[in-house]
Amino acid sequence: MQVTKNLQLLDGRLVNDFPILKQTVNGKRLAYMDNGATTQKPQEVIDAMTNYYQKDNANVHRGVYQLSQRATTAYEHAHDVVAKFIGAKFEEVIFTKSATESLNLLAYSLGSTLKPGDEIVLSQMEHHSNLVPWQQLAKEKGLALKFIPIIENYRLDMDAAKRLITPKTKIVSIVHMSNVLGTINNVKELAKLAHANGSFMIIDGAQSVPHMPVNVKELDCDFLVFSGHKMLAPTGIGVLYGKKEILEKMKPFLYGGDMISEVTFENSTWNDLPWKFEAGTPNIAEAVGLAAAIYYLQKLGMGKVFEHDLFITSYALEKLSQIDGLKIIGPSNIDERGGAVSFTLEGVHPHDLSEILDRFGVAVRGGHHCAMPLMSALKLNSTTRASFYVYNTKEDVDILVEGIKKAKEIFK
Amino acid sequence: MNEKFPLTQEEAALIDRNEVGPSNLTEEEELYKENIIDHYKYPHNTGVLQDYTFSRREFNPLCGDDIALYVKVSSGEISDISFVGKGCAISQASISMLTDKVKGMQLKEAKDIKREEVLGMLGIPIGIVRMKCALLSLKALSRGIEQFETGGQDEEAGSC
Repeated sequence: MQVTKNLQLLDGRLVNDFPILKQTVNGKRLAYMDNGATTQKPQEVIDAMTNYYQKDNANVHRGVYQLSQRATTAYEHAHDVVAKFIGAKFEEVIFTKSATESLNLLAYSLGSTLKPGDEIVLSQMEHHSNLVPWQQLAKEKGLALKFIPIIENYRLDMDAAKRLITPKTKIVSIVHMSNVLGTINNVKELAKLAHANGSFMIIDGAQSVPHMPVNVKELDCDFLVFSGHKMLAPTGIGVLYGKKEILEKMKPFLYGGDMISEVTFENSTWNDLPWKFEAGTPNIAEAVGLAAAIYYLQKLGMGKVFEHDLFITSYALEKLSQIDGLKIIGPSNIDERGGAVSFTLEGVHPHDLSEILDRFGVAVRGGHHCAMPLMSALKLNSTTRASFYVYNTKEDVDILVEGIKKAKEIFK
Repeated sequence: MNEKFPLTQEEAALIDRNEVGPSNLTEEEELYKENIIDHYKYPHNTGVLQDYTFSRREFNPLCGDDIALYVKVSSGEISDISFVGKGCAISQASISMLTDKVKGMQLKEAKDIKREEVLGMLGIPIGIVRMKCALLSLKALSRGIEQFETGGQDEEAGSC
């Protein structure tokens, strides 16, 4: 496959911003291509967090002393940075510990308003984090769970979506970009369908927000979830975006300090948004790290970040598809996909393959990618996945390809 | 655009990229091939024993490894053993080797097989993540024996 668009690579020198990538693994340069799982951190992010701990550390929203004011300013500012990044308002951005927690918050809080017989529509390509919370909620409350199937070229069946989303549907929750297939779903269209039927629309943006421009106004979703660590930020910080008027009506998920306005022995009232959903001492340094990561990405430009991903992806698709016995599990054209490239190799189990690749310094994921129902729908046990980000180069792909050829040799 | 990886000369010197060729296997890779791949491609003691005394199925969701073990016991000895399995090379080679090892062994003796012995048979370094694959065989055997001795039955075993 050829690069169809006039795609540009980012400046390869930016790899120098990532100290971890300068190491060798098994005597080979680390070629890190497991960005769908987590990403590496630029020095700027590491510095921002170190700086916070060295100079500003205090609890937020509590003390009135200098440090607490600085910590509070930094923490609140991080909400602002995230809000601007996705086109939201400050009070619509809630920090959680992960995208998973964001989805659990929604399942709990929105779920409490659902009644037996109400329906939830997901897709067959959901990550466990956007499946298990709804599945368990459905069991508890007698709800029906429906799945939009996958059709040819690993796309969602939009005709089926039109049939499945009905006035009975209360929640539609769909992955924006599949962590296994790389497929980018038409969530804007699904949001229209959801709203036409009076349903909420949730987008799982864990794989999309780090890699492409995402604007909540443009997509017109009610909720968007994503996590920091897949976009150059630390682990332990996730985001839940929600439309203000909906969040205001929702009941809190976690109770405790900071999320209250007034507490008596008998009753409590809730704090303003977004704090109503942020009980307990939050991950302050992680929020600072997330803001630094977003600054870094904004310097590059999200459009350029996406172009870079697509360039590397199209190069990888071209090189990988030349290997005998290798099958790409995902869309073959880059118009409908992002930079997570799954594949199977005849006669070699993905875990054996990723272990052999590790000997060449290649870090890729082998397994079911937390999407076991998808695997079973595709009649697969697991795949090997290379997933790219800003610091990956064509040379990384070349090393991957050579490693795969070597594995074939060993398994011959 | 500079697509080249910008390493200093010292960094570049650390890297031996020439070895990443499809030709010439290193000694370690040869070992992998001999020890693991041979058992993986041509496993020993496969199939379902007609007259097994007990069976045990174990599953490793990480790799999708699936092993059903069938053991025939005659006067305290493992007189025959077989397995049906699918999954990664490490797990399948491990169960193939383990069945070879315990065939003819006293049940008591088989019960005492240590993890280290199984890892030793595999003969290659096993990382922490692959430990489950490598030791799934031993898990099936020891749990099977335990269940046999306490009189339980593994109902799932037939369906592998």
